[in-house]
Amino acid sequence: MSGIPHDHYEPKTGGEKWLHSRLPIVGLVYDTIMIPTPKNLNWWWIWGIVLAFCLVLQIVTGVVLVMHYTPHVDLAFASVEHIMRNVNGGYMLRYLHANGASLFFVAVYIHIFRGLFYGSYKAPREVTWIIGMLIYLCMMGTAFMGYVLPWGQMSFWGATVITGLFGAIPFIGESIQTWLLGGPAVDNATLNRFFSLHYLLPMVIAALVILHIWAFHTTGNNNPTGVDVRRGSKAEAEKDTLPFWPYFVIKDLFALAVVMVVFWAIVGFMPNYLGHPDNYIEANALVTPAHIVPEWYFLPFYAILRAFTGEVWVVQFASFITGGIVDAKFFGVIAMFGAIIAMALAPWLDTSTVRSGSYRPMFKWWFYLLVIDFMALMWLGAMPAEEPYASFSLIASAYWFGYFFVILPILGVIEKPTAIPATIEEDFDAHYGKKSDASAEATPAE
Amino acid sequence: MFKTLAIGAAFALALAPAATFAAGGGEQHIEDVAFSFEGPFGKYDQNQLQRGLQIYTEVCAACHGLKQVPIRTLGDEGGPHLPEDQVRAYAAEYFEVFDAELDDYRPAKPSDHFPENTAAGAPDLSLMAKSRAGFHGPYGTGINQLLRGIGGPEYITSLLIGYTGEQKEEAGSILYENTAFPGGWISMAPPLFDEQVEFVDGHPNSLHHLAEDVSAFLMWTAEPKMMARKQAGLVGVLFLIILSVLLYLTNKKLWAPIKGKKSA
Repeated sequence: MSGIPHDHYEPKTGGEKWLHSRLPIVGLVYDTIMIPTPKNLNWWWIWGIVLAFCLVLQIVTGVVLVMHYTPHVDLAFASVEHIMRNVNGGYMLRYLHANGASLFFVAVYIHIFRGLFYGSYKAPREVTWIIGMLIYLCMMGTAFMGYVLPWGQMSFWGATVITGLFGAIPFIGESIQTWLLGGPAVDNATLNRFFSLHYLLPMVIAALVILHIWAFHTTGNNNPTGVDVRRGSKAEAEKDTLPFWPYFVIKDLFALAVVMVVFWAIVGFMPNYLGHPDNYIEANALVTPAHIVPEWYFLPFYAILRAFTGEVWVVQFASFITGGIVDAKFFGVIAMFGAIIAMALAPWLDTSTVRSGSYRPMFKWWFYLLVIDFMALMWLGAMPAEEPYASFSLIASAYWFGYFFVILPILGVIEKPTAIPATIEEDFDAHYGKKSDASAEATPAE
Repeated sequence: MFKTLAIGAAFALALAPAATFAAGGGEQHIEDVAFSFEGPFGKYDQNQLQRGLQIYTEVCAACHGLKQVPIRTLGDEGGPHLPEDQVRAYAAEYFEVFDAELDDYRPAKPSDHFPENTAAGAPDLSLMAKSRAGFHGPYGTGINQLLRGIGGPEYITSLLIGYTGEQKEEAGSILYENTAFPGGWISMAPPLFDEQVEFVDGHPNSLHHLAEDVSAFLMWTAEPKMMARKQAGLVGVLFLIILSVLLYLTNKKLWAPIKGKKSA
């Protein structure tokens, strides 16, 4: 499967040979687990494992929660309280699941920004990147619908606002919104279909994760230098790589354990910190909360959605040339989805042939600014839609698009990269010193 | 290792805005009460919960329900922890519930929930302590909630002691000025006064004491498993720290032959 030469599974006993000639599943698992991995991967490369763990955690806790939850507008809120009060360990299950969503997004954002810095999206890993973006979109859909299920005030009004975005699409928007909701407003039909989809989408995510792993196992991992693994021979490849098991499995498990300390402390000691108090009030279509705010992980894109008001000249211009079809609301929706599409297009917008940001003196600073921009958008998304936040949001949104559509294409042309190590081995040795000659010779060259 | 910590710190900051958007009306005055159940090691004060139950029963229950709370949980450990016979007697003495089988009202049993009370249009109090935020900001960062808690029980205490004595009539109903209520005017008349509830053990019963006791009780009705949860949190964190150390050592040993000695 992998392009990097390495040992493959050889069935030895009769039973193994029997199975291998019929279903080579042991070989598949062996090749997946023993994949040659660049030995210079740093700590930013641990979040993939955290993400895999999150998916399993959410599915396992979710499956048990479903056993006690009732998807009906009159019963949903009380059934969540039933889980909190009467189900054995139910309070832990629910808090793990709710905060697990937050951990999932913390991990995915670090994972995405790691990819953006080290150029993991560049050839030949575009497909891995695109599948990753699809996973991220599915995660957002799943998280959004999951938040509706407890049927609190923020569930109800969040669902009303977000499905209202589809209503902004010209001509067909209203029909689409009605179709999504299963009626004219958020009601029992909405809750039921969201419940169904909240259970379905994680399975789609799991399938996409398999494709994601398959794709980067085909191209090989990127690494902090962005330099390719030497593939001339197995011996050469082994100078640059180590098998995933045990070296990276143990390293990743250590990192996961540290992450889990923090996560478990949040679940145990402050499980409602990341939630919204209003969601402990049962949904009421007659009372609108003072501030309808999405969960923290949607805030950056929520800020972009709100940034483009009717007073912004780009919006007025768009409205003018389309004869009013693209109004401010629709423009905001386009901007929000466009912000994610911009990320997905990074492989084709970035003109630089250098993968790793470590060797790009100008890119580095624009990238750090992008990280700050993302944090700023997250903060602005939580602030009321008034000055000065509206102007800040507009500037921050403009930078987000500017980074992908202007800065990335230009930098590749004007930037002069610094010296890049010739091999991964050279980079590794520069960090950790060369192995003593004795041990180097212990690896027989073939 | 350091990098991992740095990542953690960076994300603690990144997450901070999340908890903040409950920002309500501007100048609410919320008093920071030092409740016994705060912090990772905080525990409910069983006596305080029992006093709070008495205050709820004698005062609040006139208008407010607790429909999510099963009466039997009054006997649970980590709560008021009343003896079983007292729970039974309490249910029968104070509440009547509608029984669909009898098609009539009957005295409540421990297996019933506290009844709903919609007579005065007052909100249900089951989850009140979790559905209000006492602390916000600063500047939408959520740091206050990180340090002082979300402040639900503090909000309830502050509301109960926050009446200024001023009142006004608006659209046919009387509103009372309250320094904790968003907007400053609340339709609930001052419900608690000094020495309104007498405790058998002679515990102090000034307005402030009563307000704190009933707030603690409402925190328990909102989060009855808090003590079990914190216990699980503590055991889990200790276990995971040990696991982290073991994995750190394993990882170090595993990589040692791969990494050469640093020349610098």
